[in-house]
Amino acid sequence: MQRGQNVENNNKPHASPLQNAKDIRAHPRRGSFPSAVPGKHAKIQFSPSSSSKHDWIGPPDRLSNLRPIIYHIPEQETPLERQLRHLRQETEDWNHAFWTNQNVAFSQEKEDYILLQLKAKGLSERDETGRKRTLNSEEMAVFYKDFLDKNFQKHASYNKEWYRRNFRITLLMARVALQNTLRTLMGKGRGKEEGRTSGRSTT
Amino acid sequence: MYKTPCGRFTGALGLGLKQKNLTRAATGHLVRLCRDGPAQKITFQRLKILKRQYVASSGQFWQRAKPQHEPPSVLEDRDDAIIQQVQQIPATKPPVLEKEPEAVRAARIEARQWKELKVEFSELPGIYARLSKIKLTALVVTTAAAGYAMAPVPFDPMCFLLASLGTGLSSCMANSINQYFEVPFDSNMNRTKNRPLVRGQISPLHAVSFALACGVPGVSLLTLAVNPLTGLLGALNIVLYTCCYTPLKRLSITNTWVGAVVGAIPPVMGWTAATGSLDPGALLLGGFLYCWQFPHFNALSWNLREDYSRGGYRMMSVTHPALCRTVALRHSLGLVGLSAVAPAVGVTTWTFPLISLPINLYITHLSFRFYRHGDRTNARKLFFCSLWHLPMLLLLALTCKKIKVEPDGGVASITPPVAMRD
Repeated sequence: MQRGQNVENNNKPHASPLQNAKDIRAHPRRGSFPSAVPGKHAKIQFSPSSSSKHDWIGPPDRLSNLRPIIYHIPEQETPLERQLRHLRQETEDWNHAFWTNQNVAFSQEKEDYILLQLKAKGLSERDETGRKRTLNSEEMAVFYKDFLDKNFQKHASYNKEWYRRNFRITLLMARVALQNTLRTLMGKGRGKEEGRTSGRSTT
Repeated sequence: MYKTPCGRFTGALGLGLKQKNLTRAATGHLVRLCRDGPAQKITFQRLKILKRQYVASSGQFWQRAKPQHEPPSVLEDRDDAIIQQVQQIPATKPPVLEKEPEAVRAARIEARQWKELKVEFSELPGIYARLSKIKLTALVVTTAAAGYAMAPVPFDPMCFLLASLGTGLSSCMANSINQYFEVPFDSNMNRTKNRPLVRGQISPLHAVSFALACGVPGVSLLTLAVNPLTGLLGALNIVLYTCCYTPLKRLSITNTWVGAVVGAIPPVMGWTAATGSLDPGALLLGGFLYCWQFPHFNALSWNLREDYSRGGYRMMSVTHPALCRTVALRHSLGLVGLSAVAPAVGVTTWTFPLISLPINLYITHLSFRFYRHGDRTNARKLFFCSLWHLPMLLLLALTCKKIKVEPDGGVASITPPVAMRD
């Protein structure tokens, strides 16, 4: 269930100077094809530097507006930590899928609605200057209300699921934090990590 | 097209050939490239650096590529522009401006970087401030302080400070938990997409720990150092905000009424901190805040209808627009009514309804225009009016406060309020 660990070697663009100027030891890779992990959506492939011991968070996705996270895998990951990581990854993907659908459906239906209304008024899609015509707020309000009402059930079930997942993730995080604290207190800390190799692909 | 390896260029011949097919500007660049070293491959990347649009490599053909269409985004996004154009619903975007300020451009590029999720201790105060919505918390504390000040008991600075602190901490907890619940929704709304949890600056566990670290001492402080009633109200407010208002926002329009109650409780808390009991005066002050919430929030939400709809928030402005405007007007009138009732309850003197009439009438007038026309301009005007209306109203009430005169003719000495720590 790893993401972003497989290195795609084609189509690697030259990183812009501005990016290199920043203190980032990694470089973004743009994959113009779905990620190597089946079932996952096409995403920006990114490999954090091997000496990083933290998660990395990316810019908001264009469609879902959610920020993807690449999770750091410690050398000796406990089962609890793995469970947490899998849960977070899965929740992230689930969230991304929901919001992508939501936003795309919203945009699509909004366009359709505008076209429909313009047609009813006998207007073309674009006016004399070539810009797209828009409707005023009152006309759009009808669409917004309609969209909300149509999706009520979907939203309600999403909410419930999101709250449940959020709680579970937080509880797991608390348990992991407690486990790590106890381990540190009892002096049993993990083996020293020499740094993971970049591009490591694990299952 | 012709095969002319770079290495076999002679100056004149090359130039001559080139001028047939290439522009003058490009000529200079290509000649320079070739001069750098004939054996050097003119690779795609090098040309890109120069932002030329010609593809060449030694020993191969000269090829003039089509001028690339610059999508209106940063340079490094060029590669997935094709993908995005397929996936996204096509919408006309304005072409990227030539003269974008450097700072803006840098900020834009910076926003698209990947960032390490490492907590910087120096940034924590800022993060906590944003997490707890510090400005809103300050407003809440102000209303609680006003409630305390309006109570007809001698002013005790210590109690006042403790009550304010406790209220502030409770508000921090409520706001933090609210943000913790709403991460994916906040990501999708422009107004809220820069919140700390959305940006991943701290983890959800960290946010919850911070909330508990604020709320538990806050409520304890109110319960033990002020009085149990205030503590109870504080805890109730937190529960109402996090467990009722926040989920309800996505289920039903009744969230606005619950939110109005949440806003009304702090001044009541201030009053009970002073007097220790739920007097009519406390309820009146709460009533002011309750009525004020509707013109304030309904006007704000009017211009956010698209975001609310897309995010799945059920607000009156989206689902019941007519009701939205009616309720705003109704409660603006309620403000006028409550101001008239204030002297009857003994909170203020009779001058208060008179001097507060101008501002109350003004906000009612704007509410009426919002009710009649229901357009963005009127909504905005009403919202901005509500921002200064409330502080003014509370200030006026304070200046018109009824001073209690003791039966023996002297003003009451400073004694701790009733039901304080025993």
